[in-house]
Amino acid sequence: MPESSLAQPRIHGSPSSAGRYGTMTSLVLVSPLILLLGIAFAYPVGRLLWNSVFAPEPTLAHYTRIVAEPLYLVVLWRTFQIAFIVTVLAFLFGYPVAYAMARIPGRRAMLIAACVLVPLWTSILVRTYAWIVLLQRNGIVNTVLQETGLTETPLQLLYTQGAVILAMTHVLLPFMVLPIYSTLRNIPDDLAKAARNLGAGAPQAFIRITLPLSLPGAAAGTLITFILALGFYITPALVGGPRTLMMSTLIAQQTTELLDWPFAGALSAVLLTSTLLLAALYRRALSFSKGFSNG
Amino acid sequence: MHGASVSLRELGKRYGCVRAVDRVAIDIRPGEFLSLLGPSGSGKTTLLMMVAGFELPDSGAIWVGDRDITLVAPNRRDIGMVFQRYALFPHMTVAENIAFPLRMRRFSKKKTMQAVADALALVQLGGFEARLPAQLSGGQQQRVAVARALVFEPPVLLMDEPLGALDKKLREQMQIEIKRLQQSLGITVLYVTHDQEEALTMSDRIAVMRDGRLEQIGSPAELYDAPATSFVADFIGKMNFLEGECLGQDARCFEITIGRSSTIVVDRHLASHEALPQRGERVRLAVRPERIELTPHKNQKLSGIVESVIFVGSSRTFLVRLAGGELLHVQSQTTRESYSPSQGERVGLSIPSDCVHVFPQAEC
Ligand SMILES: Nc1ncnc2c1ncn2[C@@H]1O[C@H](COP(=O)(O)OP(=O)(O)O)[C@@H](O)[C@H]1O
Ligand SMILES: [Mg+2]
Repeated sequence: MPESSLAQPRIHGSPSSAGRYGTMTSLVLVSPLILLLGIAFAYPVGRLLWNSVFAPEPTLAHYTRIVAEPLYLVVLWRTFQIAFIVTVLAFLFGYPVAYAMARIPGRRAMLIAACVLVPLWTSILVRTYAWIVLLQRNGIVNTVLQETGLTETPLQLLYTQGAVILAMTHVLLPFMVLPIYSTLRNIPDDLAKAARNLGAGAPQAFIRITLPLSLPGAAAGTLITFILALGFYITPALVGGPRTLMMSTLIAQQTTELLDWPFAGALSAVLLTSTLLLAALYRRALSFSKGFSNG
Repeated sequence: MHGASVSLRELGKRYGCVRAVDRVAIDIRPGEFLSLLGPSGSGKTTLLMMVAGFELPDSGAIWVGDRDITLVAPNRRDIGMVFQRYALFPHMTVAENIAFPLRMRRFSKKKTMQAVADALALVQLGGFEARLPAQLSGGQQQRVAVARALVFEPPVLLMDEPLGALDKKLREQMQIEIKRLQQSLGITVLYVTHDQEEALTMSDRIAVMRDGRLEQIGSPAELYDAPATSFVADFIGKMNFLEGECLGQDARCFEITIGRSSTIVVDRHLASHEALPQRGERVRLAVRPERIELTPHKNQKLSGIVESVIFVGSSRTFLVRLAGGELLHVQSQTTRESYSPSQGERVGLSIPSDCVHVFPQAEC
């Protein structure tokens, strides 16, 4: 072989970062962020969690209360259920959009990108109210249904689990589309062409080449969407009503209405732990699948 | 493995108002190595993409052997292709990459393994089965791409500037290897390059493209010795161009004047004009540097002053300024007895009458 130098192998996940900056420089560079996170995030959250065990004196009472009262477990279960369904739906709707954005040339891709990004720049509150306008008793959907004679009386659309899922999927869609789009755009066009040339039909070329290579983006998108959905507050609170309580609504009730901070802390701890656990499991499952390189 | 003939029949393709490929007709013989040569943007890739099935021609047809494949899906064409950037699948090992076309054809496991091993041996990469493409050098990736394109034994292989990303030394080595493979397999190759030296080295025939049109097609020697247009003359090999005016002609020759005092005699059959140049018509002359001979100065029809001498090992290149101001490159072998004027010396030039190409001035 005349080739002298081998290209550096790209190992999955962790780039062996022989950093360009020394340790001291790096510390100085990240210190403002660490300071901010410490004051505005770590301290209050730590305080909240601490209180759940040590207020007023060391006790596990707040946690036993969660286990003893079925309502809390039901809400926890429902939260995970809704987050899961929203993630799946956002993936099913988001992947084709990301694919179109990455593959369609020129202006039409910009148009799609605008349709994805403009909602992202609009306040979540506004987007949620839009759903209320659509779904309320005398809203557009009900009006159309009645005028076309499909239903006689207005349907209960708002304050249902379906409404929460619909609105959350819509609000979280950009967080699914963007990471998938960015990996798809970095996959050279030639790869799918080569697969076609070598005898793969269009579906085969997609399943064997494009899809596995876009997995890192899909993993990031689903993880972000799922975690955001777990802690989502505004949309479920406004569109969901009391029968579709989610954990965040429950925690908010405890802190703002009942002023039971230690119990809110216990609820938060449960949500946080189960979120971290699931995220870790998910990463593990994905790292077993091939093609999970940061390309 | 046997090559098939490929017939491009009046192929045309437009993008908006750009005629990327303009009524190109080429018949490639079975087992032939044919290069598409032309500057960037001349439509080579577009032509190749139509043969591979990734672009639909607006007009014309493509036949492989006795099969019209103009409208056949790319995956049903059975044509191998090596992409410019190799297009190896980064999430598959070398062996999986090469096995891919066989899996698509539902080969048995045993047959696939054997074929992959054979293909790797063919490109001298045995032992690299388990590597990922990112763990290979550029030259090795190139070989894997070739192995993958050949493993399903297609009768035709397309290559789009496959050596463009390699350094010069490796490129020359791969040129020889690809040529050797093609000859031993008897496969038909349609090879795209913008490097005229590469085309001259490897091809049985070269099709020169310009602005989507086929400018000339012929063997390397034909293109070199008898370019049909001044574009081909300029594009292939080194060439001196001179402006001149036709003084007159007899049964065998023209006489053409350059500047005020110099004249050149040109054999009649070398004029590329469909109509021969008339007396008084402006023409463009082309002469290869190695066809001009330098002699000590004594009242020749053509003379000049040596401006510089460039030593290139086996030969020397002299830059000679003619009286009219034109600069000619003259190349001569470095032998002990050859005449070798030094810088500043006045020399005579003699150009054999059968070595000058005459083109109409308007062209170009
Ligand atoms: N997809 C396309 N859309 C628009 N114009 C194109 C496209 N592909 C090629 N062209 C144009 O067609 C001409 C030929 O291009 P190409 O076949 O790539 O040339 P080459 O491979 O010889 O460099 C160029 O003018 C190029 O700009
Ligand atoms: Mg090209």
